[in-house]
Amino acid sequence: MSTPAVEFQSVAKRYGDLWALKGIDLAIPRGSFYGLLGHNGAGKSTLINAMAGLVIPTRGRICVMGHDVQRDYRASRRALGVVPQELIDEPFFSVRELLELQSGYFGLHGRRQRAWLDELLERLSLTDKADVKTNQLSGGMKRRLLIALALVHHPEVLVLDEPTAGVDVALRRSLWAFARELHAGGMTIILTTHYLEEAESLCDRIAIIHRGELVVEADKAELLARSPWKHVEIIGRGEPSGALAGQVCERLAEGWRFRLPREAGLGTLLDQARACGIEIEDLRVIEPDLEQVFLSLTEEGA
Amino acid sequence: MNWRGLWTLFIKENRRFLSVAVQTLFAPVVTTLLYLLVFGQLLDEESVAFRGVDYAHFLVPGLAMMALMQNAFANSSSSLIQSKMHGNIVFLLLAPLSPLEIYLAFLGSAVLRGLLVGLMVFLVGWLGYGMSWQAPGWILLFAVLSGAVMGGLGIMAGILSEKYDHLAAFQNFIVVPLTFLSGVFYSIHQLPPVWQQASHFNPFFYMVDGSRYGFFQQSDVPLGVSLGVTLGFLALVSAINLWLLVKGVKIRH
Repeated sequence: MSTPAVEFQSVAKRYGDLWALKGIDLAIPRGSFYGLLGHNGAGKSTLINAMAGLVIPTRGRICVMGHDVQRDYRASRRALGVVPQELIDEPFFSVRELLELQSGYFGLHGRRQRAWLDELLERLSLTDKADVKTNQLSGGMKRRLLIALALVHHPEVLVLDEPTAGVDVALRRSLWAFARELHAGGMTIILTTHYLEEAESLCDRIAIIHRGELVVEADKAELLARSPWKHVEIIGRGEPSGALAGQVCERLAEGWRFRLPREAGLGTLLDQARACGIEIEDLRVIEPDLEQVFLSLTEEGA
Repeated sequence: MNWRGLWTLFIKENRRFLSVAVQTLFAPVVTTLLYLLVFGQLLDEESVAFRGVDYAHFLVPGLAMMALMQNAFANSSSSLIQSKMHGNIVFLLLAPLSPLEIYLAFLGSAVLRGLLVGLMVFLVGWLGYGMSWQAPGWILLFAVLSGAVMGGLGIMAGILSEKYDHLAAFQNFIVVPLTFLSGVFYSIHQLPPVWQQASHFNPFFYMVDGSRYGFFQQSDVPLGVSLGVTLGFLALVSAINLWLLVKGVKIRH
């Protein structure tokens, strides 16, 4: 088995009395499109920043493409591109100058590198903004610049930390198309996002972090199969009562959504509905999605 | 060593201050020349200078050193705090640059800006007062070392400051008083004994005194002492900075 793209070994981080990470063991396979999910404050960004060397873990070890992030930091940073969550200003320099400077930090220069920077500008629709100072860019353009900056050194692993937060639909789609293209080219991509449907459509493997702990780490299909619930929508007239009322999880315009244990049959539900005098016009079984799995694993007290 | 990375950061820092040259080069020169105008022309006090040295001639090297020191400090400190405030320091931290490479690049740029400002002050003084120099090698050595010490202090202040206010406190309560009281405007031999003693605890005094030796081959303390203290202080500042950068204090959380 090849070395994982990123490996966390008992990684813990403490801020004062708070343990932001409580001993994470995780291996992100090479070539995967990996989703790292969790509520705000769950520890996702701390984990990503520790991988990038921006946070020094209290204990534990992290390797990127087999290189220790602390001891062999030059090699690990050459292997890793990070698109930070926060938009960043560098008011003294233009887009192209920033890309050239970032290339220089990695020891890259010359005709081939300039050609790669031109390609990045083109692919991220920044060519006409190449000579504009970054403080004159819109939020979406800054986001694309951050992606270009993370790619100047051809990293093998790319981290996208909430890349579509506050981004309009068109840009979001073009970013995901670009990310898919990079992944198809062999790059390992690690994504954190609040849009679970995005993680569901893009990622092939997913880890969920809750309160600094790894709750689950699995193949996406396997994870979806783990949902303890299924949802059934009944369209009709009447009013649920008794045990049936307790199973309503959402009231719809012309009906109700019920949450049932995954293994429960529909017969009991239909019998209960008829017993309440509900006239059923339509019925739909909703397949479990990532959001349901995520919420069931991270609910308070879970 | 990642020489290309170090060079890139050095060039970036230089381009940063050159892009706002009115603020970073010319304004400090004008301010310093106002001191020269007021103190050099209006006071013309020979009694506070070296024996046999005209006060304006005594003052010009001191003012050039003061401008050099304050601007070397301002360069590295303001660049770091701005990078932290704007968040763009992350680009540097994600790059394969060692703490030493980052330190040397910031230090080099601080020295360069200090030398440019100091040189401009000196040139105006030279044109206005017909300055001469006895040992230019010592002048250059003390100018570079002093720029490095102050650039290093600027890096320390930039790393430790969490907001502009912290940096302003460092600058206004430590750097400005210590440079003003470092013998820029007077020879410490003219001070009361208590203040003479106190001046010996000010490391900036040795930098100014050492550079004056290069002009007049006279100094308040022996040249070797000034050189030793300046080198020792540079070593101390560098050691602290490298420790801060290795540990990631206030930068890597």
